[in-house]
Amino acid sequence: MSILIDGKTRVVVQGITGKEGGFHARQCVAYGTKIVAGVTPGKGGTSVDGIPVFNTVAEAVEKEGVTATLIFVPPLFAADAILESVDAGLDLAVCISEGIPTADMLKVKAVITRRKTRLIGPNCPGVISPGRAKMGIMPAHIHKEGPVGVISRSGTLTYEAVHQLTSLGIGQSTCVGIGGDPIIGSTFMDLLPLFAADSDTRAIVMIGEIGGSAEQEAAQFIKENVKIPVVGFIAGQTAPPGRRMGHAGAIISGGKETAAEKMRIMEEAGLIVATSPADIGDKIKEAMGA
Amino acid sequence: MKVHEYQAKAILRRYGVACPRGEVAFTPAEARGVAEKLRSKVVVKAQIHAGGRGKGGGVRLAATPSDVELVAKEIIGMCLKTHQTGPQGRIVRRVLVEEASNIKKELYLGIVIDRRTGAPVVMASRAGGVDIEKVAEETPELIFKEYVDITAGFQPYQARKLAFALKLPPPLLSKAIAFMQCVYRAFEETDASLVEINPLILTEDENLLALDAKINFDDNALSRHADIREMRDLEEEDPLEVEASKYSLNYIKLDGTIGCMVNGAGLAMATMDIIKLAGGMPANFLDVGGGANEEQVKNAFRILLSDKNVKAVLINIFGGIMRCDIVAQGIVKAATELGLHVPMVVRLEGTNVEQGSQILRGSGLNFTVANGMRDAAEKVVALSRG
Repeated sequence: MSILIDGKTRVVVQGITGKEGGFHARQCVAYGTKIVAGVTPGKGGTSVDGIPVFNTVAEAVEKEGVTATLIFVPPLFAADAILESVDAGLDLAVCISEGIPTADMLKVKAVITRRKTRLIGPNCPGVISPGRAKMGIMPAHIHKEGPVGVISRSGTLTYEAVHQLTSLGIGQSTCVGIGGDPIIGSTFMDLLPLFAADSDTRAIVMIGEIGGSAEQEAAQFIKENVKIPVVGFIAGQTAPPGRRMGHAGAIISGGKETAAEKMRIMEEAGLIVATSPADIGDKIKEAMGA
Repeated sequence: MKVHEYQAKAILRRYGVACPRGEVAFTPAEARGVAEKLRSKVVVKAQIHAGGRGKGGGVRLAATPSDVELVAKEIIGMCLKTHQTGPQGRIVRRVLVEEASNIKKELYLGIVIDRRTGAPVVMASRAGGVDIEKVAEETPELIFKEYVDITAGFQPYQARKLAFALKLPPPLLSKAIAFMQCVYRAFEETDASLVEINPLILTEDENLLALDAKINFDDNALSRHADIREMRDLEEEDPLEVEASKYSLNYIKLDGTIGCMVNGAGLAMATMDIIKLAGGMPANFLDVGGGANEEQVKNAFRILLSDKNVKAVLINIFGGIMRCDIVAQGIVKAATELGLHVPMVVRLEGTNVEQGSQILRGSGLNFTVANGMRDAAEKVVALSRG
């Protein structure tokens, strides 16, 4: 099994006629994802590699029965695109776009808490359930089907962790990049219960970073609710306070937001903490007794 | 993005927030001119993007225009050191000359975005004029908070609650409520990530004034605020960081000796971390981004090498969208054109890693290939020690 997506999920790509949207839509199709529609306002009636393009998400739902969207829309228009997918009643929205104003995301967040759509991202690599489907921009070939759930605020650091796992012969159930922005659709806390309930996920890798308190809240949840091993890593042990480290959300604005403090709390909650990013795979191997 | 206090006050005034009368001056003569216009006792305040200016000697009273000129002469050009500037301090290039106020009580007013609840939070406290972080840590009960429902906005009852909590004399309540609403509007309409008025003062004649003001803006929203973009002061930023921003590179200068170039912010932080675990210290954070082209890689490399503290370079690329062969071409081009005067360790993984390695091997450049992050870090630390 897997979480969020599988080979049956019917996906629309918002922004499919753009360079990035088109490129990644093709990559996802090549991986076996059912990309059955695209949306670009004003380009309805055309097609991309045989995938029909519609003017609105509602039309894509009506004509193609999509339940999930993958969003590649420029940052100033991305919040609007997310809200359109929410209005169309989709189950899942994965937003790759980087650079969305925080104020726009506050509005999105206020709306989605009252609706059924689950939002992953923005500013994230997306979701992949190896061997089944991918909705995102991650290099598919480094993944392998298997028992480890991966959840992370980072993109390439997630690839690094996945690569370590695959090199050790350990596959993944689903890998989710939740995004590096301060306001994101789904936090660790929102997704950990899904992994905990997935019978095929037998261990979890959780990759956090400096800034905010999402890892602390997740650690508390794990302590009380998650029975399978969780290996945690926090990036930014050497980051200076007050500086934004690439990701809009990666900034230490108080003593509790440092890597050291997060690692301490994770350890206290019973997580297996990898001090070095090179040890993530080995720690999982140890924990699973493989 | 950060702005100076005088710029923050100019923005707040636009929204009807009361601030002391004053103007910016770049020279002692200009400062004198401002004082002559104000016709009152004034304060000369150093303008740098850092707090703690008063304790560092950057805020001084002056009684007459000629005193103002003298004081401004001492402040402009001084290297101001505060707990926020680091030991190297900051050169002061402008001062704010402002009418001195009679302070009866110092309060605090701030607005930030609370990440946990995904809502702006308006904070007020009677413990103003001091480091609010310290108050938050030691006596959090002294800070009153109102979380704003973004769909409804900051409501009058919320401002009232805060005004009552501040124990303001009754005639001042309506003034305080209007003041807070103006500040909130400024926060909302300028896409600020932080507005802080510390202190917000109650004057002897029962008025509320923003005695100090700090505003940070959301970088992601600057494209819709041309007026605010123009307020950027490049002299307050590290020259290498300014240079990097021209090429959309995320570069932050640090104190170590190992220059690093990485794709992706998380992996870049993790690379810095593993350098430290291997016994070295990173000279910088540099994220070339997910889809960097050859030109960006070249510029990244040039910026990295122009830091004189760099004794060795580590390149750690995990190709996803970004292909390893493109990175390799950029590295070869840059190293050939700029000359490579320090040892370099390269670790490539992911998309087109074979082609990338071949390009590097065929280049005739002198570098060390690493296998995995730990190996890369250990090798570069060893090489940095010569």
